[in-house]
Amino acid sequence: MLRRLKFIIALAVILLPALLACAEQRFPPPDFEETHHVLPSTTTPAARQIWLQYADTGVFLAALATAVWLIYKKRSRSRLVWLSLFSLAYFGFYRKGCICPIGSPQNIVLGLVNPGYAVPVTVLIFCFAPIVVALFAGRAFCAGVCPQGALQDFVLIKPVAVPPWLEQALSVVPFIFLGAGLIYAGAGTGFVICRYDPFVPFFRLSGGSFILTMGAAFLLLGMFVGRPYCRFLCPYGGLLRLASLASKWRVRVTPDTCTQCRLCEQSCPFGAMREPASAARNPASLGAARRRLGWMLALLPVLVVAGAWAGSKLSPAAAQLHPDVAAAERYVRQLTVPAQYGLMTPEALSLQRAAGDPEAILKLAADLRHRFDLACWLFGGWIGLVIGVKLVSLSVPASRTDYEPDRGACFSCARCFTACPNERVRLGRLPAADKPATP
Amino acid sequence: MDPTPPLDAPVTRRHFLRNGARLMAMTGLGVAAGALATRSTGASWVWQLDPAKCLHCGNCATQCVLEQSAVKCVHAYAVCGYCQLCTGFFAPEPNELTTAAENQLCPTAAIQRAFVEDPYYQYSIDEQLCIGCAKCVEGCNRFGNGSLFLQIRHDRCLNCNECAIARACPGDAFRRVPADHPYLLKTAS
Repeated sequence: MLRRLKFIIALAVILLPALLACAEQRFPPPDFEETHHVLPSTTTPAARQIWLQYADTGVFLAALATAVWLIYKKRSRSRLVWLSLFSLAYFGFYRKGCICPIGSPQNIVLGLVNPGYAVPVTVLIFCFAPIVVALFAGRAFCAGVCPQGALQDFVLIKPVAVPPWLEQALSVVPFIFLGAGLIYAGAGTGFVICRYDPFVPFFRLSGGSFILTMGAAFLLLGMFVGRPYCRFLCPYGGLLRLASLASKWRVRVTPDTCTQCRLCEQSCPFGAMREPASAARNPASLGAARRRLGWMLALLPVLVVAGAWAGSKLSPAAAQLHPDVAAAERYVRQLTVPAQYGLMTPEALSLQRAAGDPEAILKLAADLRHRFDLACWLFGGWIGLVIGVKLVSLSVPASRTDYEPDRGACFSCARCFTACPNERVRLGRLPAADKPATP
Repeated sequence: MDPTPPLDAPVTRRHFLRNGARLMAMTGLGVAAGALATRSTGASWVWQLDPAKCLHCGNCATQCVLEQSAVKCVHAYAVCGYCQLCTGFFAPEPNELTTAAENQLCPTAAIQRAFVEDPYYQYSIDEQLCIGCAKCVEGCNRFGNGSLFLQIRHDRCLNCNECAIARACPGDAFRRVPADHPYLLKTAS
């Protein structure tokens, strides 16, 4: 009897996994004893080959190097146009704009904040290489490698000068957008910079109506305002602007002496040309300028604190945008006021998911809210800092002896080179006899 | 290019600040790159959807940035029960068990039904026709073994930095997976 019992127990232990496995499948698969039918296997088309991604990175670095060479050594606008055409075709229409350096800082932040996400080496290179180039040679990436920039450059037909007050005011927007993008990436909510890239839908030849309208609006605007996205929205452009402020070398209109002929003034469609300014031109206004700078420096910490305070008020609203927080709130609301969502709508399904394990999702939501509190606090402070630094930079008196492009705003597009008569003489397009007299 | 100042030229305040800023920026980039490099991968990541979390809501068909979604239905043949009355293939309460259009659940007739042996039928997906609407997945999971499920097809997926379907997914089923194991397939346990 005992032996039989042991046998039954042993049999149960052996058969239990098999029984459980059968229980998972309501209809056990047939074994096709008659026809010996062989089951097909599920096809799994491979993802893009890894070596192709390294090839992309190689093309990217080569294009960056070529851009620097064309801008500094060849000083050739026409060849730069060919390079940006190539970049538009390769990184835009062939690679469909992903991954591009504009969105890559989000991956970097996600990688720094979230240990579960390992940043691929290619993303690291796409993000850092243009910044390193900008630290030494300015925004060569914008001029020749960025497909978004190339697209806008090609639609520019009748550049209109943007009033300086508007230009300066709008130039803080990229930094605010950058802050928002990085905060959202860090909080794990999503990549807003990629979401609101207006040109990628053109590269993919498909997209939502909102983003396509936005893209069309930017292209229309871009016919009259040079590179509106690059100047007033692109967050990576903001990073490169900062980097090129500290650049070792810079683009100059002429490699020779500037004769102050002002012919280059109109050649820049991006409002980056700056006229000569002497700090000591008017000693009477020097005191006022210094006082203003002092006030702005004093205002800076006030703005940062005010921004941080205002940002912390935004936290509940910002956290709502995270799907898990939204699901948790929907669940809590539904406990008191039962809501009617349509069958199989995403709301109803996420509610169903939340109801499956309410404790986990509520804990997750609480955790995310804490993250958002910190993130919004930082974001508000960042906005205050950006505006404060802009005001300070406007109050610092400039000192230039020649007409030269602004370090930060210049895209190194090489348009101004041939506007300079000295450059034309150097290229042999003007006889040296016509060379304007040096002052 | 700035005319290179002679070596004995005094360092101006602007030059000093600029050099300092560049040095700091390079250091910052180096530190960030170093911190990331320890965790960085030579491989890359691709998006995939976890069939265990999928709620078959139909968002995959409409939310993808591609005109025709990169998500398609796939069939785990080893899990399938080869049912004659397949609830993934036939509309609820079909007139008769034939492949006539009014009997089919799939709006694009992308599921092919082939007789194997009595009473078993094999179902396979024509990916050219499949739009990833998950109607069959819902049917198969409701009454059957759940052998029909959705997967991102990597010959179509653009691997956007932010997957548009992942954003709209009510089941939080999308995640990044290593590119050398890009599928989360159902297997017979």
